[in-house]
Amino acid sequence: MTQISLGAAFWGLLRRDLLLTARRGNEWINPLVFFVIVVSLFPLGIGPGAKTLQLIGPGVIWVSALLATLLALDGLFRADYQDGALELLLLSPHPLSVLVLAKVLAHWLITGLPLVLLSPLLAVLMHQDTAVLWVLMSTLAMGSATLSLIGAIGAALTVGVRRGGLLVSLLVLPLYIPVLVFGSNAVASAAMGLAVEGQLSLLGGALFLALALAPVATAAALRVSVE
Amino acid sequence: MYLWIHKLGSARYFYAFARVVAPWLALLCALLMAVGLYQGLWLAPADYQQGESYRIMYVHVPAAWMSMFVYVVMALASAVSLIWHIKLADWVAQVSAPIGASFTLLALATGCLWGKPMWGAWWVWDARLTSELILLFLYLGYMALSDAFDNPSTGAKAAAILALVGVVNIPIIHFSVEWWHTLHQGASVTKLGKPSMPASMLVPLLIMALAFKAYYGTLLMWGVQAKVLEHEYRSKWVRELLMGGKR
Amino acid sequence: MSEFLHMGGYAFFVWSSFGLTAVVLLLNVFFARSALRRARLHALRRIKALEAERAPKT
Repeated sequence: MTQISLGAAFWGLLRRDLLLTARRGNEWINPLVFFVIVVSLFPLGIGPGAKTLQLIGPGVIWVSALLATLLALDGLFRADYQDGALELLLLSPHPLSVLVLAKVLAHWLITGLPLVLLSPLLAVLMHQDTAVLWVLMSTLAMGSATLSLIGAIGAALTVGVRRGGLLVSLLVLPLYIPVLVFGSNAVASAAMGLAVEGQLSLLGGALFLALALAPVATAAALRVSVE
Repeated sequence: MYLWIHKLGSARYFYAFARVVAPWLALLCALLMAVGLYQGLWLAPADYQQGESYRIMYVHVPAAWMSMFVYVVMALASAVSLIWHIKLADWVAQVSAPIGASFTLLALATGCLWGKPMWGAWWVWDARLTSELILLFLYLGYMALSDAFDNPSTGAKAAAILALVGVVNIPIIHFSVEWWHTLHQGASVTKLGKPSMPASMLVPLLIMALAFKAYYGTLLMWGVQAKVLEHEYRSKWVRELLMGGKR
Repeated sequence: MSEFLHMGGYAFFVWSSFGLTAVVLLLNVFFARSALRRARLHALRRIKALEAERAPKT
């Protein structure tokens, strides 16, 4: 049997995950609906005053996006774990961290990217300036990718644990805090007309760091979990 | 020196080592605590600005230092365990976690008790306190993960990975929280007493810090001894030790 | 002495801090010691059980 190249393995896995998601019907919408509902809870809980909403908008949108990403993490490895596909993946001669990257990319395309595309709508709901939209989308794009990468570590650590859903949150949320801080602050600064290059560079740096390190940790965690 | 470290990786050698060292560490801890408390509570003068309330520093700061020190020890032990597959390192990490979490809780609680007279509020989202809170979450996550598995050794390995991921993140988290705090800081300075302290105040602080270290060491020895017995009871040396009436 | 206990008006905060610290540290000592004691007893019990298994019963 001939061995396929690493590149072919990567794209093959990516395509497979995307196909499987497409075949599962409308499940992929759930994180998006969650995102919208949670953002809507804040005006309902606090009051519809435009000034307040404008002030808390960046933080609320960011936290809601973060929570939606967190919820969606379960789908990253659990289905494959349950039907044995994950074990097969571990047996592959290709470096597991690259294969992990393919899965995380697929996951981000399905959950993270739609969140980014939906965010302008939510920015309007929270009375945000249109000038802020570009910053919001770029911070969410970089941030959600970083969150998916970091979250993959937590998902891998808990894939074998029964009812591991809440545990993942406990593990992963502290690690999310820097991304949240820089992301939401960038948007808030933009709303005040201040410079955002610093925050954007930090977010970019965090993304690159996560790209480099998270797949390795995730691969190690998968090997431990699927013993 | 390296040979001795290597020997410590053996459960049997470590147990013997701990048996001898633990009582002395306990004694050292008690002595240091006594001296430190006497100096800190009685001898050291009151602070010009904060009056007597600054004395909380003598438990708050050592607790905070230990909360970070123990996490580093946990991370190092986790690295040793993952790289060289030494079970003893796993046990060191697992025993350390609740102790580190206790220190973190103490740092937070005493921080509140110090904050109320100083700033008028029980809790402020000060950079240091916020970082400590996040550290507590990291500890609790570690403990929850290592308990979540049916197979304890899988749990230990998973937790080891988490500890390493955490230790990489701690400087990042700390930096981001500091940055976040300076943006939102009001006019008041909220530093919890960084040392530019006279010796009469600094010395008791350092003594208390050492006392807390000796405390951790003692508890670590006892805890790992318990783990050794739990896991190695089938060994001949354990049988001889316990049946021979020794402890 | 009463001045010492009074701690310049901050008595509640100072003594609560030290008291809480004492409680937490002592509790940890208690748990560590009892864990060690229990580990010894369990190990001894299991060893005896193993020996009883090995010795042929007549």
